[in-house]
Amino acid sequence: MSARSDTETGITDMTTTLHEPDLAIHVEDLTVSYHSKPVLWDIDFDVPPGVMAAIVGPNGAGKSTLIKSILGLVKPTAGHVTIHGRPYQAQRRRIGYVPQRSSVDWDFPTNALDVVMMGLYGQLGWLRRPGRSERAEAMHALELVGMQDYASRQISQLSGGQQQRVFLARALVQQADIYFLDEPMAGVDATTERAIVDILRKLRDQGKTVIVVHHDLQTVRSYFDWLVILNVRVIAQGPVRDVYNATNLRKAYGGQIALLERDAVLDDAPDAEVVPLRGPN
Amino acid sequence: MLGFLSDYTIQNVALGAALLGVISGVLGCFAVLRKQSLLGDTLSHAALPGVCLGFIIAGARQIGFILAGALVTGALAALLMLLLTRNSRLKTDAGLGIALSVFFALGVVLLTFIQSTGNASQGGLDSFLFGQAAAILRSDLWVMGVVTAVALSIVSLLWKEFKLVSFDPVFAASLGYPVLVLEVALTVMIALAVVVGLQMVGVVLMAAMVIAPAAAARQWSGRLETMVILSALIGMASGISGALVSALGPGLATGPLIVLAASAAVAVSLLFAPGRGLLWEIIRRARNRRNLRGKRVLTTLYRLAAHHHDSGYPSEQGMVDAYHGVGTTPVLKRLQARGLVEPVTHIPETTPHWTLTQAGIEEAESILTNLGKQES
Repeated sequence: MSARSDTETGITDMTTTLHEPDLAIHVEDLTVSYHSKPVLWDIDFDVPPGVMAAIVGPNGAGKSTLIKSILGLVKPTAGHVTIHGRPYQAQRRRIGYVPQRSSVDWDFPTNALDVVMMGLYGQLGWLRRPGRSERAEAMHALELVGMQDYASRQISQLSGGQQQRVFLARALVQQADIYFLDEPMAGVDATTERAIVDILRKLRDQGKTVIVVHHDLQTVRSYFDWLVILNVRVIAQGPVRDVYNATNLRKAYGGQIALLERDAVLDDAPDAEVVPLRGPN
Repeated sequence: MLGFLSDYTIQNVALGAALLGVISGVLGCFAVLRKQSLLGDTLSHAALPGVCLGFIIAGARQIGFILAGALVTGALAALLMLLLTRNSRLKTDAGLGIALSVFFALGVVLLTFIQSTGNASQGGLDSFLFGQAAAILRSDLWVMGVVTAVALSIVSLLWKEFKLVSFDPVFAASLGYPVLVLEVALTVMIALAVVVGLQMVGVVLMAAMVIAPAAAARQWSGRLETMVILSALIGMASGISGALVSALGPGLATGPLIVLAASAAVAVSLLFAPGRGLLWEIIRRARNRRNLRGKRVLTTLYRLAAHHHDSGYPSEQGMVDAYHGVGTTPVLKRLQARGLVEPVTHIPETTPHWTLTQAGIEEAESILTNLGKQES
């Protein structure tokens, strides 16, 4: 739990020495293991500020674990992470996080507005309760995701897409510089997917960094400008146009991909279009 | 005839049961929402070895030692569960089950050992198994009251934190909250509630006091705030009614009666709560089925009229019955009440005939277009 207990001295020590301050995220030699089996192995990767980056890879590649270890939610076996040159604990206020929708029980007795206000709990700190200004902020975030009419709706009565929008609104009230989203487009309707992409693009255009664990290879090129291909190790990273090619994807997905015929629509694809077979999850 | 209410013992028991209902009702909400209903069961069974150890150390049935012992072994059981689930592949339910049985077995061994020593003052130690409410003293009530007040203050102070940790612990950790500390705090408080209830309902039935009021309250409320308050009230009402019923006659054990009262609240809530109750669900289904049947009869009339190129075509009810395979009189009567169809006579026949009204035609058309949209 050392990642959570940020003693004041620990932070000030770290903040005096900046490490790769020009990078939004700098990960060095990161290894995470679970029951002594490596989930992530010797990860080195950087994300420059102001990009919209996708992390893709087959099931079990460690995509969620990578995000969680950057956020200090998973304790790495080795390696370290800096965010704008400082460790996560010092930069917590600059980060917004959207966990996987399935990570919570949506039958919890609360409404949409309440969930969004939880995004402000970090700024509120201990003991202080959310008040009128917090309600207004949360309401505004709900408007941004087109959910203002559902503010007092029980979260169990929301559709999957609506629940995802509520989660996104909760991250938006965090007013962060870097956003991490874990599979925000999984199991949502087409309208919600469009809405989410539009919001993320706006964030990027405001100079913020957006990092998304993504599962749909077909939309990588149209949605993102930066790409990290992962399968326990980093297979490739960089601008999408340099990295998105069949060689890299085959390296990551191995036998899981079926190569399709070259398609006229996909002329800009450097190699061939690949479609991942549906895995067990 | 309500003279028994002024009885000193009954007052004590009722007050103690009410306190127990409040504290276990409030803390039970968090246990149930965190999918740790079994936690109450584990903690209460794990209290038994503590009760016995407290007795052995004190050398007599001293309540302070016994409750402290119960708290310590309860905490140890929770710790064992945490270690098992964190460091092995066991899931929480397995961890709780293991901790429960190990500690309870230890408790039973200690209990039989104490009984075999023939210590005269051991009498009543096994009352902790099923509780012995009548043995409660005014001084015990003070202890219970203080524990309840402390637990309620902590819950109201850390309300926002407990709510966040119960709903989304991963997000709470990303905000920098010490999730483990908060979860341990909740667990320790549930252990406190269990200790408070030991004398009343005993280790075997205590889990019901943690789970039942919360489960009942969840049925009626859509917000954590109302759920917790309602759960406290249900717990209190169960406690008081169990205590009063047991005072009506000899041989009626208070603890089990309290648990039965709480379980009755659960049964009523599962059946009748609006929105989530079983009855509600049955009514909703019946209404849907009736609506569907009405729509089908209406579109049948529409298709018959369309087939005859006559919007006012009088369909013979026998045809509609035959088409649907059942008598459609009640359905047609309901459609008539909604102004969608009207009966007509069709000379020379004497059988009933029905025709669509203008509103009925519009309704049928909108049903058919929506149907087409869903199919495409």
